[in-house]
Amino acid sequence: MTNEELKIKLAEILPSAIIEDGNEWIEIAIEPGEWLQSAKQLRKKEALQFNFLFCLTCIDWKTHLTMVYHLRSTIFHYNIVVKAKLDRDKPEIESVSNIWRTAEFHEREVFEMFGVNFLNHPDLRLLILPDGWEGKNPLRKDFEDPINMIRL
Amino acid sequence: MFEEVGTTPEGDMIINVGPQHPATHGVLHLVITLNGETIKKVEPHLGYIHRSIEKMCESLSYRQFIYVTSRMDYLSAHMNNHACAMCVEKGLQVEIPPRAQVIRVLMSELTRIASHELWWGAMAMDLGAFTPFFHAFRERESINDIMEETCGARLTMNYMVPGGVMHDLHPNFQQRVKAFMKLYKKKIHEYDEMVTGNIIFQNRMKNVGVLSANDAISYGCTGPTARGSGVSSDIRKLYPYEIYNTLEFDEVLETGGDSFARYMVRIREMQQSIRIIEQLIDNIPEGDFQTKTKAVLKLPKGEFYSRVETARGELGVYIVSEGGTTPYRIKFRSPGFSNLSVLNHISKGSKLGDLVAMMGTLDLVIPDIDR
Repeated sequence: MTNEELKIKLAEILPSAIIEDGNEWIEIAIEPGEWLQSAKQLRKKEALQFNFLFCLTCIDWKTHLTMVYHLRSTIFHYNIVVKAKLDRDKPEIESVSNIWRTAEFHEREVFEMFGVNFLNHPDLRLLILPDGWEGKNPLRKDFEDPINMIRL
Repeated sequence: MFEEVGTTPEGDMIINVGPQHPATHGVLHLVITLNGETIKKVEPHLGYIHRSIEKMCESLSYRQFIYVTSRMDYLSAHMNNHACAMCVEKGLQVEIPPRAQVIRVLMSELTRIASHELWWGAMAMDLGAFTPFFHAFRERESINDIMEETCGARLTMNYMVPGGVMHDLHPNFQQRVKAFMKLYKKKIHEYDEMVTGNIIFQNRMKNVGVLSANDAISYGCTGPTARGSGVSSDIRKLYPYEIYNTLEFDEVLETGGDSFARYMVRIREMQQSIRIIEQLIDNIPEGDFQTKTKAVLKLPKGEFYSRVETARGELGVYIVSEGGTTPYRIKFRSPGFSNLSVLNHISKGSKLGDLVAMMGTLDLVIPDIDR
């Protein structure tokens, strides 16, 4: 299946998403509210079967946060990137750890590093940061640590 | 954290393994809920060696940040540098000379052997045998010597840079590698005689920590962990980079899914790496070892992703650039992080003593997990 055919297939199951060619792979922009439903479709659809979530991360754009999901299918070997724009003051998105189990650890990392609240996550706690960590989320752009951070 | 030690209302015992425990090979801390000797839950507590490499890289230039990445998975330092260099090259749209490509592949495969050697020795030591460790280090030392001669370092090489490799091969390189291969082939049967065919090891590894193919995919396992469950996940085959598509080698697959299958994958992978080195060692093309690049590298605005197969699995480097000299955001998709997440799943219901075999065959490198 070529990229164009894949785009048509994706447009069929994600009618409200914006699908365009990215630098390397097809990029899909979705509304955070529709993510859980879309994720189920991407995972289940016979012709797509995106069963491998190989990267899950977040980017702080100072005005908003962007969740980035890299997906591939171990059967057809397509890769796609799904992005969802979140409100920076109250970032919330549905957890996909029931669909791809690897998301459980990755979402916990994003939760502590960016402060994104994953709804219906089975065990949303600190993973890497020490217990009782208070204050800002380290990977946000406005995080400052006067003692431990070295600026070049 | 340590106040968690005790008994739950249901009468289960909670114990800590680590952060200072010989079987965790680093500062991994597991909080384990036990019913008698049966494991109910394993909960990893990470961060003891977290240096926030992703944040550090945001203030380092595209030439500098590669040096930090050797410290992630220190047993696959070459491959870490390789993934970063490839990602920057993708952004700059430069091609690297054929000589550099061959050197990169040779170094990666030597590193893979060295990493598997260390794993093999340490894994046997975890299960109670001390001798294999010394046998593994005998061969591993000669690889380290080869690295030292060409790269100037034995562990954190920082040899692969955007545009190629840092400097040319040492004149002794070919001869030393050939001598190593001769030694290795003479000794490899000892590995099978000592550990693989040993009934005690087999009993401790077979049917321990069984991972199904579907679970391996769902938990995002890659590398030998996934291939032990029959999931084809070798990036060198699936999405070939450098010259891997012109080389002859097999993707090693086992279908058992237990600790023994993961063990066999790594043992057989070493032989495939030897095969790759044999094809290349007499065919290193002449020419430049580096493309000329600007002193200050600037990536265009956009996102770049590259991935390589390290000794532990798929390492992804995701760079978000705003057009400046430093990355705006960088994410390392480390293989160990995903492989560790499966530990709770595969250890449920087994005995505490078997946990060591499972951790051993997942081949965890803690700085790679914490980053």
